[in-house]
Amino acid sequence: MDAVNPLTEAAPRGGAPIGSRVRPSRRLADRTLRIACLLATIIGAVVLGSILLMLIVEGLRGFSATLLTQPTPGPGSEGGGIANAVLGSLILTLIGIVVATPIGVMAGTYLAEYGRGSKLADLIRFLNDVLLSAPSILIGLFVYTLMVRPMGTYSGWAGGVALAIIATPVIVRTTEDMLRLVPGTLREAGAALGAPTSRVIMSVTWRAASAGIVTGVILALARIAGETAPLLFTALNNNSWFNANLMGGVANLPVMIYQFALSPYPNWQSLAWAGALLITMAILALSVVARLVIKTERAR
Amino acid sequence: MASLTEQIALARSDAGIVRRPPSKGLDGLFRAASYGSALVVLLVLAGILGSIAYGGWPAFREFGPGFVTSTAWNIGTEQFGAWVAIVGTLASALIALLIGVPLSLAIAVYLTQLCPGWARKPVAMTIELLAAVPSIIYGMWGLFIFAPLFARFVQVPVSNLVEGLPIVGTLLYARVPSGVGILTAGIILAIMIVPFVASITRDMLDQIPTILRESAYGIGCTTWEVVRHVLVPQASVSIIGAIMLGLGRALGETMAVTFVIGNANRLSASIFDPGSTIASRIANEFNEADGMQLNALMALGCILFVITVIVLIVARLLVRRAKVA
Repeated sequence: MDAVNPLTEAAPRGGAPIGSRVRPSRRLADRTLRIACLLATIIGAVVLGSILLMLIVEGLRGFSATLLTQPTPGPGSEGGGIANAVLGSLILTLIGIVVATPIGVMAGTYLAEYGRGSKLADLIRFLNDVLLSAPSILIGLFVYTLMVRPMGTYSGWAGGVALAIIATPVIVRTTEDMLRLVPGTLREAGAALGAPTSRVIMSVTWRAASAGIVTGVILALARIAGETAPLLFTALNNNSWFNANLMGGVANLPVMIYQFALSPYPNWQSLAWAGALLITMAILALSVVARLVIKTERAR
Repeated sequence: MASLTEQIALARSDAGIVRRPPSKGLDGLFRAASYGSALVVLLVLAGILGSIAYGGWPAFREFGPGFVTSTAWNIGTEQFGAWVAIVGTLASALIALLIGVPLSLAIAVYLTQLCPGWARKPVAMTIELLAAVPSIIYGMWGLFIFAPLFARFVQVPVSNLVEGLPIVGTLLYARVPSGVGILTAGIILAIMIVPFVASITRDMLDQIPTILRESAYGIGCTTWEVVRHVLVPQASVSIIGAIMLGLGRALGETMAVTFVIGNANRLSASIFDPGSTIASRIANEFNEADGMQLNALMALGCILFVITVIVLIVARLLVRRAKVA
């Protein structure tokens, strides 16, 4: 706030603060705004704080020695852990990001490098933005129709594809934005050396924008790691210990949390809390890392 | 630098002997790959619409346009209608906007105008981290932390207060003050859209030239007057775009709503009563659904798709136009 504030600034003459000459109704409106804005911000911070507090208090209670070594227990039974769900989540997220990264980076490259000014690129950019905020449950329905129904079974592959569809637009968007920040003179310099366009993009433009592209991938990772709705109809869940077979339901943290948190069994509930703490901390850490990468990139 | 000139000279002499043509094949392949990837985005969106429309078609054909306005949802007699879920979706999203938009605008104004410099980054970070919290966690927070408090400190006293009064007596009366219901879902949604709307608004407010603000202060405006008469009119179009973006999120949000809306299949006049949204009904029933129920759920998804895509398109157009202008 470098602007001069008439309410707090001392008056140039007379010694009395200008505030006393401001009509009371105006002063009231101003005070109200200030207090309301401060309150709103405090509400936001308090909500985040209370969510984290809830997760830490309830989540730590659910921690046990077997949490990360044993699979989810049967209904009503004691003990067990969430190892299969953690592993399943890692695998599904990995499939999602491995599928989404090349497609997203290449599509972003098309939008920023080849498609500049073309109608098709404008359309795709627009649709990508729509896909970016499309309800994720609809993506679940799509993958259900596309994969689960024809194959006749819920599968880890379907879950991975659903997550990839959610991750792709994030990567497309950040890749394009980051490539656009690369100065055109760099591309010209590359082209002047006789390099074909693909070479210029791979060795010059991508390299210049690498930190930004990596940030996009991390953001996409953070986004899909906690997605629940699209997994409900694709990967579903599985209480058994992970079997290297991705055909058939695959245990994963979000759906496990959903089912266990709403179950009547105390042991399941505490496992859900532990899982919730684990997944939220992982996602918050990813978001913070993504921000730091952007920051160091900007500082350069 | 001498070595560089030498190299260039060498390269020149090399070029005279074996002139390597630029690898056209690889270049074309790369181009095709990037073109194809861009088309994937197009195909996926078309695929989503196509698959949902295909799945929902039998329900639309069976019930006709009455599907949208019918309040029936009877699995036994296979009578399905979308109206209860549509009303629940729109009502919860509307409540989310009514609460979330003032909250977001106030936060954006605080961050850009009032916050002391040292606190700006950590405060902005806190608000943005709200966007990173998975929706299922909001659901758990809403159900286990917020709902009991809400029932005890809001629903019960308000219900006692308005009982028997006309209009408010039905609108704000909780038959079973359990804390879950349309209003609770709206409040949770409001918190979830705050980081999005606030961060876009903040970017827009930051783009307004400082000189405009300073001139307003210079003629003696108070902060309220600067915000009301200078900043808001300047950024109004993009703020509306940001709000529409938030609306798009609120309409399609699934897990958090499923936890706190109560999942009732009937229409209720009170916003304290449980209801359901399109997304929550799909999440709840899809895995056990069969036959016509499955088609009806797909048809619900189709309606949700159309509503959100229209909202998102309007939002993107508004935000874009603002950026160009």
